[in-house]
Amino acid sequence: MQSTSHAFKDNARAALANQTLQKAMRHVKTGFIDKRAKARAKLPEFDDLRDVARDIKNHTLANLDFYLERYEEKVIASGGQVHWAPTAEDAVKAVLDICKRVDARVVTKGKSMISEEIALNQAMEQAGLDVVETDLGEYIIQLRKEPPSHIIAPAVHLTKDQVEADFRHHHRELPPERSLSEPVQLVAEARQMLRRRFLEADVGITGANFLVAETGTSIIVTNEGNGDLTQTLPRVHIVVASLEKVVPNLEDVSTILRVLARSATGQEFSSYTTFSTGPRRAEDPDGPEEYHVILLDNGRSNMLGGEFQDMLRCIRCGACMNHCPVYHAVGGHAYGWVYPGPMGAVLTPNLIGVDEAGHLPNASTFCGRCESVCPMRIPLPKMMRHWREREFERHLTPATVRAGLGLWAFFARRPKLYHFATGLQARLLGRVGRAAGRFDALPFARGWTKHRDFPAPEGKTFQQLWAERRKAEGRR
Amino acid sequence: MTTAKQQILASLRRSLRRAEPSAETRAELEQRLAAPQAHLIPQRAQLPHAGQLDLMEAMLQELKATVVRLPDEGEVPQAIADYLKNENLPPKLRLAPRDDLRRLPWDRAPLLEVEEGIAEADDATSLTGCFAGIAETGTLMMASGPEAPITLNFLPENHIVVLRASQVTGSYEDAWQRLRAALGNGTMPRAVNMITGPSRTGDIEQTILLGAHGPRRLHVLLVDDRPGAPSQD
Amino acid sequence: MADAPFNEGRPRVGLFVTCLVDMMRPSIGFAAVKLLEDAGCTVEVPEAQTCCGQPAYNSGDRADTRALAEQTIKAFRGFDYVVAPSGSCAATLKEHYPTLFEGDAAMKAAAEDLAERTWELTSFLTDVRGMTAVESAFAGKVTYHDSCSGLRELGVKAQPRRLLESIPGVELTEMTEHEVCCGFGGTFCVKYPDISNKIVTAKTDFILASGADTLLAGDLGCLMNMAGKLQRRGASIQVRHVAEVLAGITDQPAIGEPADKLPPRRV
Repeated sequence: MQSTSHAFKDNARAALANQTLQKAMRHVKTGFIDKRAKARAKLPEFDDLRDVARDIKNHTLANLDFYLERYEEKVIASGGQVHWAPTAEDAVKAVLDICKRVDARVVTKGKSMISEEIALNQAMEQAGLDVVETDLGEYIIQLRKEPPSHIIAPAVHLTKDQVEADFRHHHRELPPERSLSEPVQLVAEARQMLRRRFLEADVGITGANFLVAETGTSIIVTNEGNGDLTQTLPRVHIVVASLEKVVPNLEDVSTILRVLARSATGQEFSSYTTFSTGPRRAEDPDGPEEYHVILLDNGRSNMLGGEFQDMLRCIRCGACMNHCPVYHAVGGHAYGWVYPGPMGAVLTPNLIGVDEAGHLPNASTFCGRCESVCPMRIPLPKMMRHWREREFERHLTPATVRAGLGLWAFFARRPKLYHFATGLQARLLGRVGRAAGRFDALPFARGWTKHRDFPAPEGKTFQQLWAERRKAEGRR
Repeated sequence: MTTAKQQILASLRRSLRRAEPSAETRAELEQRLAAPQAHLIPQRAQLPHAGQLDLMEAMLQELKATVVRLPDEGEVPQAIADYLKNENLPPKLRLAPRDDLRRLPWDRAPLLEVEEGIAEADDATSLTGCFAGIAETGTLMMASGPEAPITLNFLPENHIVVLRASQVTGSYEDAWQRLRAALGNGTMPRAVNMITGPSRTGDIEQTILLGAHGPRRLHVLLVDDRPGAPSQD
Repeated sequence: MADAPFNEGRPRVGLFVTCLVDMMRPSIGFAAVKLLEDAGCTVEVPEAQTCCGQPAYNSGDRADTRALAEQTIKAFRGFDYVVAPSGSCAATLKEHYPTLFEGDAAMKAAAEDLAERTWELTSFLTDVRGMTAVESAFAGKVTYHDSCSGLRELGVKAQPRRLLESIPGVELTEMTEHEVCCGFGGTFCVKYPDISNKIVTAKTDFILASGADTLLAGDLGCLMNMAGKLQRRGASIQVRHVAEVLAGITDQPAIGEPADKLPPRRV
């Protein structure tokens, strides 16, 4: 997917002015936040389970090479095929080769953020394939030719009126006088339109929430059932998954599953958690004839063993963005690429470079709410700070900011000089501002005074006053 | 020539600053795969069996599935006929091809049209068994096989499940142990579906709606097959 | 006198003033001194302190941060406790300084030593000195904003409320989303002013809806941000640091208020 992350500020400005988006985003706060809180309250062991989940993933990452090899062995033993893809291009090529070999025409897709990351749909369409997103949210944005704005609720930025307009525009064969203003009608129509496509698909492509090494199993977690229809009905099932999805055994994955849905949507468990192992067997009445797993690196192996390794624990629940004040304000598209919100701010520079995505880890107040809700205990603000350090080292920080900070640090490291200078500033600003108590415009603080007043200082610094007080008390 | 696999493994090992895992480490890791240990199991998953049955029922209801408890399997056909009638659904069923469903007294519900097989496009209602019921979250574990076509769980709009009390257990880990006992360690059927309620979506303004692509209705017949249960005939 | 503290003797506290309090609102510093003395401590103010280094730290400038950390560590050697009227500054010293010195065992030890002795003001008064009440003549309906660093890094939440509730004249009313960020975020508010504005607008909506006549918090940065927005919106609610109310030192104008607009005198 083409990135516009470098234009984050412009994107954000447009998002803030977009009344429809702002209206849609209000649901994020009340929906996701309240539901997660309720789910957590219903499970006393929830926070302890987060610690265990973190430890399981850390163990896995420390031994990722071993577990990937054992996973591959098991997939092959069950009749599946594994394709290792160091880059996005390798993954796309592997998928296109399979589709070509089986003479595919129609490809259905379960929701897959990896497929967004490698721009798979575009490549398949260019190769002449008829690609159908089957997750309702993904289907809607596919009609609109938009990227997803949230990693589990791709159409969260849209109102139902917008969806109605899209359906009317694209589902031409249905009677125009039909009523379509209620969500239940929209869902029914999507079910109807997509049912035919499920049945005519030659290839079904899904992601994987987890890959289990013990059994060579891929897991998808959905609520709609579209992922299951996508992977069961066609002749060929292709799983596209990144390396860090591996988990050692079924007990390990059960622990992590306990914190996934609760963190994401506040459900105890999603409607459909499906464990797939290989193609259909001789005695199976249904299932795909071919089962392929594309194991994608695309920057993950570089993140291992470094400052950003903890990010590889992410299970893509979306809790961080659900709780983020910046995400609430601007929505997901402003971030400019596949992964929005706090996890996107950390991951995106790893995958497409900090030159392109530098704004993302900077556009954070470090309020820490993301880390406080992350089921895998990922220290997101700390890693965003690491990106700021990398930018500072490479002089990517804007010159004015660097100069300002440099000036500040110059004084701060010299207390006597600092106290002198701040004494002057406090006196000056204090004198000018005392009558009104505040400034509504300050030439060197335009970013501040654009939207708020600047309180006037009291006129002397604390250090000055403290020295005066001590002198008066004769303690010197 | 380095294969893609070798390339990726080499990159991983470079980042981990080590070569292949030592023989000792390998042995430890193999053990984790060969003899998996459960981690923290929530209290709620550790009730005595009668409590598990109650919890299973309560969880299913919370999920907007419907549950009927039956004293024995002989009552299943009539219970199904009543359900379909109450829901205004046609009295037709696509049955999973299993003996324990075939041998049910279907003559007690003579108006029901019952056919076996995988789901056909216009089947409205399916009837399946299941592998286990997990009380912890009201989850039905389905294991694919000749007696359990997966399409029956997803294609029809209405899914009825016969769940026996003896299949109900407390935690996911209990269910995996049962599966391992049935199939052998490290072996899975082609597909295991953990089904927790009907199909749903919140993709339109966060409004939760049922029946997105999978079944809109999930109806569970919880049959008491515990020893000492009221007499079966 | 406030409740007798549970520690014996008179601990020697070094006050970490914070750069904002020093420059913008010394009254907060004096309020902190009074509270600490009421809690049975002696208070000194090392002159060789300037800034905890947060602006440099959060901008990725580790070198300057380390220099300021060293300066701070040195300036506060020997005190039993180091107390700051700011959750974010206290958290910088307590949680972050030790991480700056990996590979320098001596400095790391010194940083950890400082971290152990460092406290945010209200949490020091209650959790360390055992205060359960303060003496203050302040009266009014107040609402309290939980500044992010204090809340999430240091667990400061119940402590200021416990002390506020001990003041007979104070009625504490909670605003909706009192734990949600105000949009200040240090340099964030000037780097991304429009996004910051959106966040502080939502925050001030909730502050005004609470019906309080005074807004309190434990961090001057947050307070200046919220006060500035409230005043730009023409609201008349007053904004103070919680220390001012706890110490009963409210004879100076509220944040952003002109010199002649003093709070109504109460007896």
